[in-house]
Amino acid sequence: MKKVYNKILSIVGNVISVRAEGVSNEELAEVRTRRGTSLAKVIKIERDLVSLQVFAGSRGISTNDEVRFLGNAMRVSFSENMLGRIFDGSGQPRDKGPALSENLIEIGGPSVNPSKRIIPKRMIRTNIPMIDVFNSLVVSQKLPVFSVSGEPYNELLARIALQTEVDMIILGGIGLKFDEYMYFKNELEKGGALSRSIFFMHTAADPVVEGLMVPDLCLAVAEQFALAGKDVLVLLTDMTNFADAMKEIAITMEQVPSNRGYPGDLYTQLASRYEKAVDFEGAGSVTVLAATTMPGDDVTHPVPDNTGYITEGQFYLRNGRIEPFGSLSRLKQQVNKDTREDHRAIMDGMIQLYAQYIETEEKRSMGFRMSDWDKKLLKYGGLFESQMMDLSVNISLENALDKGWEILAECFLPDETGFRSELVKKFWPGKAEDGSQETEDGNRKKTQKQ
Amino acid sequence: MAEKNIGKIVAINGNMIEVAFEQSVIQNEVGYVLVGEERLKSEVIKISGNSAFLQVYEITKGLKVGDEVEFTGEMLSVTLGPGILSKVYDGLQNPLPSLAEKYGFFLPRGVVLDALDFKKKWHFTPLAKKGDILYKGSPVGWVPEGIFKHKIMLPFDLNSEYTVESVVKEGDYLITETVALIRDAKGQTIEVKMHFEWPVKIPISAYTQKLVPTEPMVTKVRIVDTFFPVCKGGTYCIPGPFGAGKTVLQQLTSRYADVDIVIIAACGERAGEVVETLREFPELEDPRTKRSLMERTIIICNTSSMPVAAREASVYTATTLGEYYRQMGLDVLVLADSTSRWAQAMRELSGRLEEIPGEEAFPAYLESRIAEFYERSGYVELPDGSFGSMTIGGTVSPAGGNFEEPVTQATLKVVGAFHGLSRARSDARKFPAIDPLESWTKYPGIIERGKVREAHRILRQSNEVRQMMMVVGEEGTSIDDFVVYLKGEYLDSVYLQQNGFDPVDAVSDPERQNYIFDKIFEIIKSDLHFESKETARLFFNDLRQLTIDWNYIKAGTDKFKEQEKAIDKHLKNGNTEQAPEKEQ
Repeated sequence: MKKVYNKILSIVGNVISVRAEGVSNEELAEVRTRRGTSLAKVIKIERDLVSLQVFAGSRGISTNDEVRFLGNAMRVSFSENMLGRIFDGSGQPRDKGPALSENLIEIGGPSVNPSKRIIPKRMIRTNIPMIDVFNSLVVSQKLPVFSVSGEPYNELLARIALQTEVDMIILGGIGLKFDEYMYFKNELEKGGALSRSIFFMHTAADPVVEGLMVPDLCLAVAEQFALAGKDVLVLLTDMTNFADAMKEIAITMEQVPSNRGYPGDLYTQLASRYEKAVDFEGAGSVTVLAATTMPGDDVTHPVPDNTGYITEGQFYLRNGRIEPFGSLSRLKQQVNKDTREDHRAIMDGMIQLYAQYIETEEKRSMGFRMSDWDKKLLKYGGLFESQMMDLSVNISLENALDKGWEILAECFLPDETGFRSELVKKFWPGKAEDGSQETEDGNRKKTQKQ
Repeated sequence: MAEKNIGKIVAINGNMIEVAFEQSVIQNEVGYVLVGEERLKSEVIKISGNSAFLQVYEITKGLKVGDEVEFTGEMLSVTLGPGILSKVYDGLQNPLPSLAEKYGFFLPRGVVLDALDFKKKWHFTPLAKKGDILYKGSPVGWVPEGIFKHKIMLPFDLNSEYTVESVVKEGDYLITETVALIRDAKGQTIEVKMHFEWPVKIPISAYTQKLVPTEPMVTKVRIVDTFFPVCKGGTYCIPGPFGAGKTVLQQLTSRYADVDIVIIAACGERAGEVVETLREFPELEDPRTKRSLMERTIIICNTSSMPVAAREASVYTATTLGEYYRQMGLDVLVLADSTSRWAQAMRELSGRLEEIPGEEAFPAYLESRIAEFYERSGYVELPDGSFGSMTIGGTVSPAGGNFEEPVTQATLKVVGAFHGLSRARSDARKFPAIDPLESWTKYPGIIERGKVREAHRILRQSNEVRQMMMVVGEEGTSIDDFVVYLKGEYLDSVYLQQNGFDPVDAVSDPERQNYIFDKIFEIIKSDLHFESKETARLFFNDLRQLTIDWNYIKAGTDKFKEQEKAIDKHLKNGNTEQAPEKEQ
C-alpha cells in the first residue's frame, strides 16, 4: 500500500508537511526531487496534516515533489554480509557494495527488561594503562570520552577498537570530518579489523538530520549481533553533533527549548541510546563508547552534563592524555578485585601521590621553596606522566602494574608510599630493606607531609 | 457497564495523542489505544471541547489517525493487597520478572499483567466480628506476608460507617474471594475482598490525624544521624552532581535504615544500578530480622530508557504503595531516585501541551507538584490508635551540579532536611560526600543538639582557617588557628567520612555513634598545645589513623577497647612528647 502525494504544504528548515491519510507515526517516506530521492520520517501528525523530517535536507525540494509513504518505520538489514561494509546515515551503502535488504529489523526497538540484566563482571582489556589500571572498562559499560575539539579522541577510540578483544566493532560517525572518517577506515584496515567492523558514517558534509539515525542504526544492529552471541563494541563519535541535530529539529518544530536551546527530552533521547548497552545472559553483549565534545571545555554544558548522568562514568581526554581526576569507570569495582592483588592498591596509591604532585607543582609555580619530599614528588609526577599517562604507552595490565612499582621504587622509599607492607614485600622491585619501619598493623597508612 | 466509550485519534505528537470523543471523559482517566492486539495504556491530561489529550505510557511508533481509544472511566490505579512486598514492578505496577518470563529480554509494548498473584492462597485470620462498626481503613482480618501482619482493610473509598454482617472463618483464601460482608447505613451490602484498586494520584487519608515527626529514622550513616537527621514521617532530599554518590547513599540507606518497609522508586536512572539492588538484595540479610532484605523491599523500576510517561507515574505508584503499608501501622521509607527525571517527564509533557513555560521550560506547576509529592509523607495516627509513618527521600540531579536550578529550589522549600552533595568532596574521595557546611535539617537527632552545634561550629571555623591558609600559606597562620584547622579536619575524616563498603564501618548504630561522638567531641573540645605546626600535624595524623582503625573494629569486642586505650595513650603522650621528627 504505497500512497503518493505531490502537494507539499510547507517547507521549514528540514521539515516538510503534506496532507495525507492513513499515515502512522514514525513511518518512513521517500521524497523524490530533481536532485534525487531522500528518505523522510513522520514526526508529527495532526488530523490529515503530516510533518516529516527529510534526511537529505529540504534544499531544492519543490512544493510539487512526490512524497511516497512506505508503510513501515525505519528498518535496517541485519546479516553477516554487513561485516566490512560502510553505510551512510540512512543505512544506504556508502562503499561500492550492493544495498542490503534481507532480514530487515526495526531500529529504536523496545528497551531491555531490567530484571533480565545481570551485574557486569567481565573486564575489557585495552592495553592503555590509564584505562586498564585506573578505570577499567567492563563489558556492557556505556562510557563517554569527554573532550574538546582538537583533542585526539578519535585516535583514542580507534586504538581501543583495535586493541580490545571484542568480536565486532560497529562505528557510528555523526558529523565526522571526512579525514577523520578516512582515518578510522585506514586504521582499522591497517590493524586488520575491517572485516569484523561495520561503519555507519555520517560526515560533516552530509545533511545534518541524516546523522540523527546513526546511533539507532548502530545500536539496533549491535543488539542483534549481541543476541546472536557476539560481544559488540559500539563507537559513536561525536554525540554532541547528534544532540545538536536534535536541537535543530526541535527548534524547527517550534518546541519550547529547555536549556541553551536543547529540547526538554534531551536526557531521555540520549538515555534511550546509551541504555542499549547490555550484557545478555547466555548470549553476547553491547558496550558503548562515545566521544562527546564539550563546547568551550564546559562540563556543565547540557550535552556532557546529561550524558554524565546517564553513563557509567566518563573519561576526560585533555592535553592528549586521559585525566586521572574526574575520569571514572563506575563499574571498575566489579572487575578489579579479580585481576591481581595489587591492582586496587596501585590504582589508589599512585593517584593519591599524583594528586600530591599536582599540589606541589602548584606550589612550585608560585615560587615556594621545594623540600626534599617535594622534589621526590616532582620526579614521580614526571615519570607518571610520561610512562603511564601518555597515550602512546601500550602495555598489558600486568606490565603496567609492574611499571607502576618500578616508578614508585625509583622515586620513593616503601614507607613513604603508604602501601600495605605485604604488597611492598611481594612487589617492590629490588630489596625493600630500609625505610619500611611499618607498625604492627599492616593496614596502617602513613600519611605524607606535604 | 453500558457500551464502551470509544474515541478516535486525531493527532499524534511524540507520546501525546489527541483523541476526539463523543460521550463523556473524566480528567486523568485511563484510556487504551487499540493497535491490533496491543492495548497501549494512556491517561487523559487535558480536555478541550470534544478533544481529549492523552499521554501514552508506551512508544507511539506506528499509531495512526483514526485508531480507536477505549476510555475506561477509571483513573490510573494500582492494585493493593497482600503480595506486593519483594515485588519488582515497572511504573505502572506490571511485575517485571513475570514479563521477563513471558516475553524474554525485551519489554513488550501494550502488555498488562496482573500486579498480584490471583492464584495464591493466603492464610486469613479475622479481626472483626459480626456487629462491629467499621470505617475505611479498618482491618477485618490479617494475613501473614513475610514477617509482617498484612492487615486486610476496608477499601479507602468507603466514606461512611459500616456494620459487619459476617466475616469468614480463619483459613486459606484467594485474594479474589470475599472475606467479609458489610452493610452501610442505607442497608446496602458490600463484599470485602483482600484486594482493591486505588488511584495513584490521590493521597490515601484513612488516618485519624497527622502528627509532627519527632522520632529519628536511624540510617546508620554518621553524618546523617548525628548532623543532619531525618525523622520517621519526614522528608529529605539529596541533590548532587553526577558522580557525587547519590545512588550509593540511597543504596546504603535502603539497606540499613531502621524502618519496616523500603520502597525504591528507580525513576529514570540507569538500569545498571537497579540491577545491583535486584540481584544483591535477595542474598543480603536484613540485620533486624535476619531474613532476606528483599522481603521488606518493593522496587518500582522505570529506568531512563523506559517510556517517559510511565516515569511520571512511577513516583506516584511508589508513594501509594507506601501509604497502603503505612495504614497497617508500619514505618515505610520511600526512596525516589531521581526526582529530577520525574520533573523532566513533566516538562516534556508540558511542552507537548504547548503550555507557557516557566524557568528552564519547566511547567509553572512544578513547585506545587513537588510539594504535593513530599506532603504525602507523614507520621499518622490510625483509627485503631496505632501509628504508622512514611518517610520520603528524593535525590535531585541538578543540571551542571548547580543547586540554583528550579527542581532543587522547589524541593528545598518543602523538605525537612537537605543533604547537599558536593563535587569537591567526592573528588577528594570523601564519602558520603554530604557537604557539612551547606546541608541542614529541621529534625531532632540521636545526639544532644548542643554538642552537635558545637561540633558544627568547629567545622566551620576549621574551614575558615583553611581558606585563609590558601591565601597566606601555612607560614602566615598562627599555631592556635592551625590546631583549629586540624581539629576540623580530624572530625571530618574520622566521623563525617564513612566507608560504605566496609561491613563494620558502613553500619554505625545509634549506640556506637553516641559513644564515638562523645570521645571525638571530648578530643576536639580539649585544649591542645604543640611546639610547632609540624608536631601538631604529626600528632593529628597518628590520631586520625588510630581513630579510623577504631571505626573498622566491631563495638563491644576486646579489640575495640584496646584501640580506645591506644587512642587515650596517644592523647596523653602526644601533647607533651616530641613526635618522631621527619625531614622537611
